[in-house]
Amino acid sequence: MRLLGKMSWLEMKLFVREPLTVLFALVLPLLVLFVMGGVFGNEADADFYRGIGAMDYYVPAYVALVTASVGLISLPVHIAGNRELGVLKRYHASSMPAWVVVGASVVTTFVVSLVSGAILVIVAMLTHDVGAPTSWPLVLAAFGAAALLFAAIGVLLGAVLPNARAAQALGVLLWFVLLMLGGAGPPPEVLSGAMDTVGQITPLRHAVRAMQDGWLGLDAGLSWGITGLIFAGATAASLRFFRWE
Amino acid sequence: MISVENLQKRYGSFTAVSDVSFHVDEGEIFGILGPNGAGKTTTVESLQGLRSIEGGRVSVLGFDPRSQAAEIRRRIGSQLQESALPDRMKVWEALDLFGSLRTGGRDWQDLLADWGLAQKRDAKFGSLSGGQQQRLFVALALANDPQLVFLDEMTTGLDPSSRRVAWELIRRIREQGTTVVLVTHFMDEAESLCDRLVVIDTGTVVAGGSPQGLIERYGGGVRVRFSHADGDLSWLLEVPHVSDVNRDRDRYEVRGDGPVLAYVASALVARGIAPVDLRQERATLEDVFLSLTEEGST
Repeated sequence: MRLLGKMSWLEMKLFVREPLTVLFALVLPLLVLFVMGGVFGNEADADFYRGIGAMDYYVPAYVALVTASVGLISLPVHIAGNRELGVLKRYHASSMPAWVVVGASVVTTFVVSLVSGAILVIVAMLTHDVGAPTSWPLVLAAFGAAALLFAAIGVLLGAVLPNARAAQALGVLLWFVLLMLGGAGPPPEVLSGAMDTVGQITPLRHAVRAMQDGWLGLDAGLSWGITGLIFAGATAASLRFFRWE
Repeated sequence: MISVENLQKRYGSFTAVSDVSFHVDEGEIFGILGPNGAGKTTTVESLQGLRSIEGGRVSVLGFDPRSQAAEIRRRIGSQLQESALPDRMKVWEALDLFGSLRTGGRDWQDLLADWGLAQKRDAKFGSLSGGQQQRLFVALALANDPQLVFLDEMTTGLDPSSRRVAWELIRRIREQGTTVVLVTHFMDEAESLCDRLVVIDTGTVVAGGSPQGLIERYGGGVRVRFSHADGDLSWLLEVPHVSDVNRDRDRYEVRGDGPVLAYVASALVARGIAPVDLRQERATLEDVFLSLTEEGST
């Protein structure tokens, strides 16, 4: 555990030393918030956004989206890049346990998502009159589930993709598809039947649902189970496919 | 420390190592030489349990790399040929991290000073020169206070003065009681550092022994060189111990076995020829290497 702590702290320092990545993780969500907030405002509309204000809908969704962007893009690029450079081989030859290497990346992903999500929520509350969550414990639980879910998928992508470029390309593609169909872009109400069906099986849809329902004090029910299932599947697959070089 | 018998390793249909055997004793600097692609790195990475092994018997510090790789890696240090650290990791952070892999490992402050990295304590890995990166890798390899270290092509890419510094450091590792396995394709390096070595070509050991022993056995006899401008000196072939005389303009090379220099010198002086640059050239490990690996490839 001491080693995991040391490695995680080091990974976080390395993350902060990468200015562009920091900008991507912390500033991009704010940019999206201001653009969408400017376009849609926060007036409730019975036909869209589950009947609540657009920003009340989007802010919890964006918090889930942040966990998806860090998990699907930053994390696999980091792992695959470290394999490509020979950093993982270096660790392996020095008998660094795999769970420490992967665990530290997951801890870092989690902390970055938490900081980015917190900044987003605070700014949204201050500038867009977004209401506070009905249930903080549910929101925090939903955040934890979303962060772990996308971290598990991210580790899997990092395990199977050969290099940083491939991880970047596939990560962005997946993230974009999830953005469009997962409920953090166009609201599910405007998606066609087929698109909505595909959306139903994306992990983001359920992460968004769990987060929004916590915010609104609703029971996300099935979404918790599906999130857990995808997490378990991705974790098992990454344990199976993780490679040092 | 290490014993390898008939090691075999294939990548798909390509046989990287077909038959490699050697043993390494405690406290020696043991060299593994060979041209690029000969199977040197595959061999040492197999010993560290980083590659699967298809055949042969291998024991490292009494452990089998196939089933006890973790035991081996805990006790050895490794400077890998193709590996890196994150560009933005600082020198002290790397030493601190690798040092904490084993309780009772060496204090990284000492390693920093030993390996001339004290000035670079807070420098990022990506900003180090090639020589500094190599020194850091060796320091990291020693961070767990290993009984045995593998150094794979550690001086490749270094300028001549950095290489000499690295040689001193390798000798120092051995003086501190650590056995060294040195993979290299530099003959001067092997000749200067190694107590014993094997030459590997196309996955097979083609020769083994001490550098001096190999030179005597495969060095191609004695070569005497001198310059002489006029006249034909082909009569030198009649001189005892001489087997061959080559001429390139005014430069002569006389080959043979035994006291060639003494006989050639006296024969020349007897005919009034006294070249000021008459000398015997010692065969180097490079000559051995070229003759062995050329034979292997023809």
